[in-house]
Amino acid sequence: MALRSVRGWFAGYAAGTPRTECRGWPAVATRLAESERPRDNWSEEALVRAMVYRGPYKVRVEEKDRPGIEHPGDAVVRVTMAAICGSDLHLYHGMMPDTRVGMTFGHEFIGVVDEVGPDVRNVRPGDRVMVPFNVFCGTCWFCARGLYSNCHNVNPNATAVGGIYGYSHTCGGYDGGQAEYVRVPFADVGPTVIPEWLDDEDAVLLTDALATGYFGAQLGDIVEGDVVVVFGAGPVGLFAAKSAWLMGAGRVVVIDHLEYRLEKARSFAHAETYNFTEYDDIVVHMKKITDHLGPDVAIDAVGAEADGNLLQHVTAAKLKLQGGSPVALNWAIDSVRKGGTVSVMGAYGPMFSAVKFGDALNKGLTLRMNQCPVKRQWPRLFEHVRNGYLKPSDIVTHRIPLEHIAEGYHIFSAKLDGCIKPLIVTNG
Amino acid sequence: MAYTSERPPLTESSDQLRARIPGWGVDLDPKDRPSVPKLRWQEDRTGAHWDFPERQPEKWPRERSIEHKFLTPVFGTSCPPRGISGALRRYSYRKYSEGRAAHWLLLLAADRVDAWENHLRSFLTPRPDNPITQTGVTSELSRHGISSRYGKKRADAAHHLLDPVIVAGPWILAGGLAIGLVRRRNRSLTAKGGAR
Repeated sequence: MALRSVRGWFAGYAAGTPRTECRGWPAVATRLAESERPRDNWSEEALVRAMVYRGPYKVRVEEKDRPGIEHPGDAVVRVTMAAICGSDLHLYHGMMPDTRVGMTFGHEFIGVVDEVGPDVRNVRPGDRVMVPFNVFCGTCWFCARGLYSNCHNVNPNATAVGGIYGYSHTCGGYDGGQAEYVRVPFADVGPTVIPEWLDDEDAVLLTDALATGYFGAQLGDIVEGDVVVVFGAGPVGLFAAKSAWLMGAGRVVVIDHLEYRLEKARSFAHAETYNFTEYDDIVVHMKKITDHLGPDVAIDAVGAEADGNLLQHVTAAKLKLQGGSPVALNWAIDSVRKGGTVSVMGAYGPMFSAVKFGDALNKGLTLRMNQCPVKRQWPRLFEHVRNGYLKPSDIVTHRIPLEHIAEGYHIFSAKLDGCIKPLIVTNG
Repeated sequence: MAYTSERPPLTESSDQLRARIPGWGVDLDPKDRPSVPKLRWQEDRTGAHWDFPERQPEKWPRERSIEHKFLTPVFGTSCPPRGISGALRRYSYRKYSEGRAAHWLLLLAADRVDAWENHLRSFLTPRPDNPITQTGVTSELSRHGISSRYGKKRADAAHHLLDPVIVAGPWILAGGLAIGLVRRRNRSLTAKGGAR
C-alpha cells in the first residue's frame, strides 16, 4: 500500500497535479467551504503570515507559502492561539543544533481544522482542535506503549528524540504553530477536538506546559507526605508544584530568583518559596529546612539556561559548549535526600552537560525524565480542569499579536514586565 | 532532631492539606496517574488505523541520522539545506552518529554559517535584516526594561551585558570590516590616480 502511494504521488507530481488533488492519492483532500474560510481571496498560492527565525535572538513575521497536505494522514490547521514556551528560548538563543533560518517555531497551539488528507477519519474541517506538541504515529514500538514523545516514525534527523512542532531539525524539521496555518501530521492521532466547556487559553496550555508540569510530578513518584522541591517558577515549575499536591505531597517548595514568579508560586501553587540569590548556598538551605535529610523529590523545571552559576551559564547558553547549563539539575541532585527521586522536566540539548553524576550514584538516586507524552495526560487533566483543581490560564501574563512576536520573545527572554507566560494571538 | 529512623514531622496533616488545597490527594493512588507505569500498552492506538504509516514522498534527498534504518515515513519539510551551511549539515548527518560530539558541533557551526548566509542574502531583497526590530529590543522602553531588572536581585544580571555583545558584536565587526575594505580600496584608487 505504501509503495502504491509513493508511485501515485510521483505520477501525479510529474503530471503537475495541483497540491490538493493529492498527487495520486485515492481521494482528494477535504477542505472548509470557501464561505467558511477566513479570507475572501483565498487561493492555493496564498501566502500566510508566520513567525520566522532569523538567527540567534532575532525573529520576524514573514509571509510564507501556506502549508499543504504532504501525506494522506495530514491536516492543515488554521491557528487561533499559540504560546511561546520556555524551551522556545533555547532555539531563540541559538542553543539547539540544526535550528535553521527560516523555520517557524511554536509547539503550543490550538486552532480550527482547515483541510484534511484523504486518509483522515477522526477530525474534519471546521473542528476546533488542540494539538499536542509531540508529532507521533500511534503505532511504533514506543507509541504502542504510550511513549508518544519518543515516536520512532516521525524524526529522521535523530533517534534520541521524537518529533516536535517548530523545534529545529533535530526534532524533525516541522514548522510550528506561531503562524496563521500549520501542517499537522497524523491528524487522526494527535489533535483532539476541544471540549465545549474548555476555554481557549486553558486548551493551549494543555498542549504542553500543564501536561509537562503534571508529568514531571508523576515522574517524582510522590507518596503521601513527601517533601517536594521544584527548581524553577516558570510555567512548567508552577504546574509541577500545583500537581505535586494532587499526588499527595506534604510540603511543596519552589526555588527561583525572580521575585514576581515566586509570588505566583505562593498564590497559584500554594508553595513555600525561596529566592536562591538570598542564600549563600541553596543546597545547604534545602538541607536545613528538611532537618538535614533533604527533600524526598526534586524536580528540575529550568533546563538548559539555568542561572546561579556564571561559568555553567556562559559555557552553555552563551558559548554553546554544553547541551545545557545544569545548575538546577545539580542543585536537585545535591538537595534531594539519599535514595530520593529527581525528575527532570527542563529541556536540554543533545550535547553533553556537566552533570554531577557521581553524587547521583553515591546517593542512590532515581533520575527520571522524558519529554511529556502529552495526549496520554489529557483525559485525567481534563477531569482536573473541569473539577476546578487546575486553572492553567491563571498563569498567563501577556497576550501578544503575531505581528509583535519579536517583542514577545524579548519580553519573555529578558523576563521583563512580570512575564510568566505569553500567548500569541494570530487574528485567525 | 537527631539522625534516627523517624521522618521529620510535617507542619500540616493530610486532612489539613485536603481542606486547604483544592484537589489535594486526588491522584494519590498511582493507578490514577496516566503515565504510571511508564510502559503501558495503548489499546486504542490513539486513533491510528495502520500498522506502519504510508510513506511521505521525499521531494529532495532528506538528511537523516545514520542511527535510523531508513528514512522515517513522515518528516518535516521546513527549510531544505542549501549553501555552505547545507553542505555542512549534509556532511554531519552522513558522517557522524548522534553519539559523536562532532555531529552536533558541526550542526551548531552550520547554524552560525546559515545565519550569516541569510543575513547577506537579505540585503539583496527589499526587506533586509534589521537587528533592532528583529530582536524586539524596543520593548525595553515600553515594557519596563529598567525597573524589571534593577534592584530585583536577579541572578541573570551578571550576564545581561553579554546579550548585546553576542547580537550586535558580529554586526559591528562586519560593518567595521566592510568600511575598512572600502577605505582601503579608495586609498588604493587615489594612489593610482596620483601616480598617473
